[in-house]
Amino acid sequence: MNGLVILIPSAIGLGLVALFTFLWSLRSGQYDDLKGASERILDDEPPRRG
Amino acid sequence: MSAATAVPDLDPPAAPTTRESEDAEALLALSRAAGPDCRQIEFAVPDAYCVTCINAIEGGLAKLPQVKSARVNLSQRWVRVVFASDGDVLAIPAAIRRSGYRTHALDPVADGQHDSVMSELIRATAVAGFAAGNIMLFSVSVWSGADATTRDMFHWLSALIAIPAIAYAGRPFFRSAFAALRVGRTNMDVPITIGVLLATALSLYETFTSGAHAYFDASTMLLFFLLVGRSFDHLMRERARGAVANLARLMPRGAHRLLPDGTTAFVAAEAIEPGMALLLRAGERLPVDCRVTAGSGDVDCSIVTGESMAVAVHAGSEIAAGAVNLSGPLTVAALRPASQSFLAQMAELMESAESGRTAHRRIADHAASIYAPVIHLSALATFIGWVVMTSDWHTALMNAVAVLIITCPCALALAVPIVQAVAAGRLFRSGIMMRDGTGLERAARVTEVAFDKTGTLTLGRIRFAGQLSGREGDLALAAALARHSHHPLSRALVAAAPDAPALVAAVREVPGEGLEASLVGGGMLRLGSAPFCGGAEGDSGGTEVCLGRDGRVIAVFAFEDVIRPDAAEAVASLVASGREVEILSGDGASAVARVARRLGIARFAARLSPEAKMARLADAASEGRAVMMVGDGINDAPALRAATVSMAPASASDIGRSAADFVFMNERLASVPFTLDLARRADRLVRQNLALAIGYNALALPLAVAGYVTPLVAAVAMSSSSILVVANALRLSLGPDLVAKPDGDHAAATAQPLEGAL
Repeated sequence: MNGLVILIPSAIGLGLVALFTFLWSLRSGQYDDLKGASERILDDEPPRRG
Repeated sequence: MSAATAVPDLDPPAAPTTRESEDAEALLALSRAAGPDCRQIEFAVPDAYCVTCINAIEGGLAKLPQVKSARVNLSQRWVRVVFASDGDVLAIPAAIRRSGYRTHALDPVADGQHDSVMSELIRATAVAGFAAGNIMLFSVSVWSGADATTRDMFHWLSALIAIPAIAYAGRPFFRSAFAALRVGRTNMDVPITIGVLLATALSLYETFTSGAHAYFDASTMLLFFLLVGRSFDHLMRERARGAVANLARLMPRGAHRLLPDGTTAFVAAEAIEPGMALLLRAGERLPVDCRVTAGSGDVDCSIVTGESMAVAVHAGSEIAAGAVNLSGPLTVAALRPASQSFLAQMAELMESAESGRTAHRRIADHAASIYAPVIHLSALATFIGWVVMTSDWHTALMNAVAVLIITCPCALALAVPIVQAVAAGRLFRSGIMMRDGTGLERAARVTEVAFDKTGTLTLGRIRFAGQLSGREGDLALAAALARHSHHPLSRALVAAAPDAPALVAAVREVPGEGLEASLVGGGMLRLGSAPFCGGAEGDSGGTEVCLGRDGRVIAVFAFEDVIRPDAAEAVASLVASGREVEILSGDGASAVARVARRLGIARFAARLSPEAKMARLADAASEGRAVMMVGDGINDAPALRAATVSMAPASASDIGRSAADFVFMNERLASVPFTLDLARRADRLVRQNLALAIGYNALALPLAVAGYVTPLVAAVAMSSSSILVVANALRLSLGPDLVAKPDGDHAAATAQPLEGAL
C-alpha cells in the first residue's frame, strides 16, 4: 500500500506532464508542418529573417 | 505548368493575365491584418516538395523590402507571407513565380487554414486519450482482482481523472446534442451524450456505494475513439466554399464615363445606366454588358466563353461584362445595368445550382438517423424488461447503461471519416486536392464524365497546326510579317517558323483585323482574317489566319489549342471503366469536333452558353444520371456546381477552382479516372465498414440486454471493433499513387532559381 502512495501520483503526474507538453507543442505550431520540419533540418544555410 | 515549361511569350505583354485574375485589391482582400502595419496572406505553391524549394521560395521573398517574413508550409504546400501594409502586394506572387514556382493566392475562408474547431477537437482528443490511458491502468488492476479498499480507492482516482476529462472532452458532443434536442430533433450525438453521461453518473453512484463495476474507462475511451472519428470527419467536411463571393470580387468597381465635353469621370458600377457612354482603356475590364459605339480592337472574353483566343470587336459588337480590352481604347454604350450583367447572372446561376447540391445525403448521416432511435429503444426496453422481470432497479439501470455503452456508435462514427481521410491523403499525394468531403461519396456514383474543352482537355495555349493552302515559302513570309505583332496567333506563327527574319517593311497593325505591310518593291501584304485579306468569310471560328497579297488570299494557316498530353489516355481509361465521356464546350463546332475526333470522344456539344451547360447537367441529375463535370472557366462554374461532382485543373480561374469539389495540381487529366476509381473503392470500404460496425452491434447487443456485459467486456469489444474498422480503411492506401509530375520537370523548375542567382 505504501508503494502506491508514491507510484500512483508519479504515474498520473508523468501523464499530466506529457499531456501538457503535447498541448503546448500544439499551441506553438509544431504540428503545423511536419513534412517541412523534416526537410528543414537538411538546410545548411543560416536562418533567414522571419 | 512549371515556369520551365511555360510559354510566357504567348501573352501579349501589354495585356493583363486575365486567367490569373490577379490584382492588388483582390490580393489585399484575401489578406488579414497581422500586427501593426502588417498584413498576412497565403499563396499555394503546389510544386514545392523539398528543402531546395523552401529555400528558393523563402529566399526569393526575403529579397523583397516589403516582406517581413515568409514561411513555407510543406505539408499543406503553401507559403505564408507577412508584408508591410503599404508595400506592393503584387510583387509577392511575382517573386514566387520568378523563383520558378506556380502560385495562386489562397482564400483563408475557402481553403480553411485557421480552423479553431479542429484545434479544439485535437485538444479534446488529447485530454480524452490521457484520461482513458490512465484510467485503464486502474481498471486493469481492478479487473485482475484488487480487493475492496484498493478497488474503492482506484474507483475514486478514476473518477477524479474522468470527471474533468469528460467535462472538457465531451463538450463538442454535448453542445451538438443539446442544440439538436432543443429544436426537437435527434442526431448521432444524442445517444453518445446520454450514454456517456448516464455511464458516468452510474459509475459515480457505484463509487460512492463501493460497488463492483465502474464504467469510467469505457466512457473516456468512448469519447477518445469518437473524437478521433470526429476530427477526421471535420477535416473532410469543413471545406467551406466561397465561389460566389469570389465572383463578386472579380467584378470591376466601375468604369470611366465619357462626358459630353470630352473629359472622363469615374462612375461606380451600380451607377451605370443603360445608354451611358463609357471609355474602356486597354487592360480594363468591363463592369456591364456593352455595345461598342466607336473604335475597334481585340477583347479577351475568356471569362465569358472560356475561348482562349481574343475576339475582334467593331462598332456595333456587343461585349459581355467581365471581358478585358486588349488593344486600343474603345467607346462603348452600356446595354444593361450592372445587376443584370453577365457576371451578376453567373453569380445568380451559381447560387441556384448550390441549393441543388445539398440534396445529397451523406451515408453517415443516413446511418445515424436509423441508428439513434434503435439504440434508445433497445436501452429503454432493456431497462423496462429487467424491472418487470426482477424488480431490481439497480441491475436494470446497469444493464440499460451497458446497452448504451456497447452500442455507442464508435465504430460507426469512425467507419466513414477514416476512409475519407485515407482517400484524401492519397489524393493529396497524387496532387489532387479534395475541397469538399462529400465529393468522394458523390464521385462514387458517377457514370458519365463531361469535359469542358478549352483549358481542360486542351491547355488553352495556341499552336500552329498546319498550312491549309498556298505555297511552301508562304509560312516563312507570314512569320516574317507576324514578328511585328504581339497577338497570340502571330506569336504562334513565329514559333512555327523561328528562323524567319522580321520583314523589312512598314508594318501597320489594324486592331481587330490583322497586319498590313507595304512591300519595298510595291504591293501590299496582309495577314489576318479572311475578309481582311480579300477572301470570303468562313466558318473558321477564329482558328484560321490568311495571308493576302494585293487583295487576294494566297495562303491559309490553321491553329489549334494544344491538347493536354495525357488527355487521350485519360479518356480511354474512363471509357474502359464503363463510363460515358462527353464534351460540353462554348467553343465553335469545328474546333470541338476536331478535339473530339483526336481523343476518340463520340458525344460532344458546341456553342453552349453557361446556362445551357448547367441545364444539361441539371437534366441529367433529374433523370438520375450521375455526371462528373471537369471544367476550368468562369463560364463552367455554374455547370461545376450543378453537376453531381466536379473537378477543375489548378490553372482554372479562381471561380472555377472554388466551384469544383476536386482540384488537380498535377496537370494530368489521368487525375479524373484516378479520382473516380478511388472514390469507388472508398465507397466499397465505407459500406464494408458500416456492415462491420452493424454486425458487431448485432452481436454485442443481445449480450448487453442479457446483462453479460461487464466493464471489461465493454472495453475489449469497443476497442477491437474500432481497430477492425480502422485497419479495414487503411487498405485504401494500398496501390500505386498517381505520379504528380515527372522528375525531370521538377528538376528544371528547381534549377531556375539557381540560374537567377548567378
